[in-house]
Amino acid sequence: MSTETPKAEVYLGKTDYKVIGTRPIRHDGADKVTGKAIYTADFKLPGMLHGAILRSPHPHANIKSIDTSAAEAMDGVMAVITAADMPGLKDKNASLGEGSVNLLDLGSNVLAHGKVLYRGHAVAAVAAKSVHIAQEALKHIVVEYEELPAVTWVLDAMKDDAPILLDRVRTDDMGEMSESPTNISKHIRFEKGNIEDGFSQCDIVIEKEFRTETVHQGYIEPHASVASWNEDGHLKIWTATQGSFTARQQTAELLELPVSKVTVTPCEIGGGFGGKIAVYTQPVAAMLSQKSGRPVKVTMQRNEVFEGTGPTPGSYMKVKIGATNDGKLVAGEAWLAYDAGAFPGGVIGPGCMCVFSCYEFEHAKVDGYDVLVNKPKTQAYRAPGSTHVAFAVETIVDEIAEKLEMDPIDFRLQNAAKEGTVRVDGLKYPRIGLIETLEALKNSDHYQSKLEGPNKGRGLGCGFWFNIGLKSSVTATVNSDGMVSLIEGSTDIGGTRTSIAMQFAETLGIPAEDVIPKVADTDSIGYTDVTGGSRVTFSTGLAAYKCALDIQDQLRARAADLWECEPENVTIEEGVYSHNGDSMTFKELADKACKVGDPVAGSATVSPDCFTNGFAAHLADVEVDPETGKVTILRYTAVQDAGKAIHPSYVEGQMQGGAVQGIGWTLNEEYFYDDKGTMKNASFLDYRMPTCLDVPMIETIIVEVPNPDHPYGVRGVGEPPICPPPGAIANAIYHATGQRMTELPISPPKLWKAISEK
Amino acid sequence: MKDFDYAAPTALNEAVSLLAQHNGSAKILAGGTDIIVQLREGLKDADVVIDVKKIPELTQLSYSAESGLSMGASVPCYQLYENPEIVGAYGALTDSARIIGGWQIQSRASVGGNLCNSSPAADSIPSLIANNATAHIVGPNGSREVAVTEFCTAPGKNVLESGELLVKITLPARVSKSASAYLRFIPRNEMDIAVAGVGSWVKLSEDGNTIEDARMGLCAVSATPQFAEEASAFLRGKPATDETFAAAGELAKKIASPIDDMRGTVEYRIHLVGVLTKRTLKIACERASEN
Repeated sequence: MSTETPKAEVYLGKTDYKVIGTRPIRHDGADKVTGKAIYTADFKLPGMLHGAILRSPHPHANIKSIDTSAAEAMDGVMAVITAADMPGLKDKNASLGEGSVNLLDLGSNVLAHGKVLYRGHAVAAVAAKSVHIAQEALKHIVVEYEELPAVTWVLDAMKDDAPILLDRVRTDDMGEMSESPTNISKHIRFEKGNIEDGFSQCDIVIEKEFRTETVHQGYIEPHASVASWNEDGHLKIWTATQGSFTARQQTAELLELPVSKVTVTPCEIGGGFGGKIAVYTQPVAAMLSQKSGRPVKVTMQRNEVFEGTGPTPGSYMKVKIGATNDGKLVAGEAWLAYDAGAFPGGVIGPGCMCVFSCYEFEHAKVDGYDVLVNKPKTQAYRAPGSTHVAFAVETIVDEIAEKLEMDPIDFRLQNAAKEGTVRVDGLKYPRIGLIETLEALKNSDHYQSKLEGPNKGRGLGCGFWFNIGLKSSVTATVNSDGMVSLIEGSTDIGGTRTSIAMQFAETLGIPAEDVIPKVADTDSIGYTDVTGGSRVTFSTGLAAYKCALDIQDQLRARAADLWECEPENVTIEEGVYSHNGDSMTFKELADKACKVGDPVAGSATVSPDCFTNGFAAHLADVEVDPETGKVTILRYTAVQDAGKAIHPSYVEGQMQGGAVQGIGWTLNEEYFYDDKGTMKNASFLDYRMPTCLDVPMIETIIVEVPNPDHPYGVRGVGEPPICPPPGAIANAIYHATGQRMTELPISPPKLWKAISEK
Repeated sequence: MKDFDYAAPTALNEAVSLLAQHNGSAKILAGGTDIIVQLREGLKDADVVIDVKKIPELTQLSYSAESGLSMGASVPCYQLYENPEIVGAYGALTDSARIIGGWQIQSRASVGGNLCNSSPAADSIPSLIANNATAHIVGPNGSREVAVTEFCTAPGKNVLESGELLVKITLPARVSKSASAYLRFIPRNEMDIAVAGVGSWVKLSEDGNTIEDARMGLCAVSATPQFAEEASAFLRGKPATDETFAAAGELAKKIASPIDDMRGTVEYRIHLVGVLTKRTLKIACERASEN
């Protein structure tokens, strides 16, 4: 390979945009910083009741009986519900866009049906005139449990004599169903080449076992919903959700309502990261509203969020990688067991697809297992399943590079996945930007700087996420003052109102500030899939681009009418419409078009069937206190291919946020269970996410290798940056201490023990 | 959460009679940073919550070089570390006051409240023990004094009898060539609870080379914060060197009997007592040499 590595700027995409690539103030910024934005917990309706949820104190038990009579008799209690109040659940799958869900599992997770499967599992709920009365009433619900042995570690749950969570679960072993009940709901295998041949060609083979613990997304806003079930059978829900349409569909399916009988209004959302796609409070609030005849608000406390909503799985991984002495990766084999929590359908699938996603392997094989344990049902968390495997692979890749005495970036560059690389699951990459990302990191000030002194080390890690397309809708209306109202169905978590409005504005040749973006309820906009999969700026942005072209065509036709010419003879440049010496700005034309003739409104829907393939590479410098095992991150740089950064501040924010979440996952975050299966740290005090004093300023370098499937080259950016940190930091710790840490979190007691025993 | 009444007496005797009248079902609110959370989470119940911040004796803070420090039981933490004289005289205490919660918490939370909450991990108690502090209590039968070393009896429990109230904590005047320091270990850098904590006070010889006297307090490694008596006695007459500090650390470890939990293992916590003893003694000796 060439020793000359070009500068990062070479990879910047088209740069002569007027709007894209600038950093306007976000449209919802004033509301957010002044506290005027309406979150679900702020939302009130006349006569509204407050709900509270009774949760299981046991990790695994049969429910023998539930007596709600004493709670129902209390002053101020207006309704009490249990699973008995739910319509009969169907053992069928409902598609949710990004994945699907079994309704029997979903309903049993919302309210336990006959059995509690984890501590914190919802058992009953109360609606009362105040939240204090509701909470007191929970104490008067008598539940008789028959406790069962619990299992919380994935390998224990796979044993033949493990306690069985659900009698109906059989192993789907690559299409073959097992006969007897099991906790292993699925076995997946992907293969490429011939793994035995592959390893036989290798000069160096390294195999390691890894373990990671359950971690939570840690969004700042607890789950909340307000429901109002009208006498006409129409259900209205205001809620914090990543997808108003999937919240509508899940709720409608569980309550046996046609989807059109349910209106979901998404309120502002305080973070989701994948954890606010499945419904929890929405059906409960709805059932309480139906039973009480009043609107009902249900909000969770933080301990309920930890114990009752979906974290991302704990995992066991055995990974083996081989290379030749000249530094070529040849073969990779992985055996992955991810816990799914209490119901089938965890994130093992993407884990298997991502494990060897960053490198070119001629021979690879992956076996993955989806395993039930007595923990909350896992949900997506930012690149779900990919961070685990990136930790394992990046650790081994670092060790191979070290043993071969190769620079860790050069080694990765030599083996990096590129256009045409076929992943282990068979997908062939289109144009991707991992090589450019690694080159940008190699040229960075950070990588070029020296790190000196005892107990310090530098580590590198890479990561990948697919980034999906799916369905999006937007509509737009041109106002007489030349502003444009832009209605969209994508709930805005990471500043997407602005990143969509900017693409719309760029296309029309108007300023971003002249677009008024609004997230609408499910009756007011076309179907839109979840804000997830790093899809919104890509896919809803694509819809906005198409909608802007529709508006532009309409305005061109109106200009042609005014100038009495053919539309194709009207030229448009940067929002100015011209013909034969006449010209009008967008504003002037909007004014005229609104006064005479049909209103100008447009719409577009899209469902791009593609992945935008995001790659990230991170570099971490750490210092380890050898007496305590505490790790200080001295410097941290995140590099990522964004395709095209629409609003660079938001891209940088995503890169920094992902890095910080990854740092927390690496160093301290974990669900800490006692031997009875009880989580002992269900609060932000003892579930240790990093504070601002625990991380340095995360330096960012945006690389732009345009995505060929988007007019502005956009790739998803939200998820890839959580994948590299565990590998990068573990490698840095190795170079600081000589210890290869293979279990997350690398918390101070663990690292101290490893150092003191060396 | 159960509803409760709120009372804000303006005199000590009024508070004492309210406490006596409710016989255990009254809870005291000073800064409120523990009790409000405990009530909300159902860890404690109250029929009445008595706010003591309107009682003059509980909000008084006075310091003089001659008589030392007198700190009302509801004096918030920030008032300690914002006073340079108190910082100079009682370094361990102000080290503690600076790390109890964040700034917002420190504007409400009091050392008196930290003592009465009697958590095994209370950050201020090792520093009070190291600085040889005394708790001043009033109750239906008059007033009494208890050494802080003897104050806590079990996790969340202390010597306060029904109807009794902590009024103030006093610390003796600083002697020359003496100083103290507190360190805790936490996995993060703020907003955390001690995995282990050590407060150390030393009095050096005039030339600064010899430790004439020392007192150390430990937290988070046993059911109550403890006075490390043997380690303290060992230091008397020893040279102020790293070897001495390490040896004292080994002795302090002997009284640690921690539990395994989400904050650390038994083995790790005992190890930390040694590390923190060594480090706090070093800081205390440096501070003592400087003044």
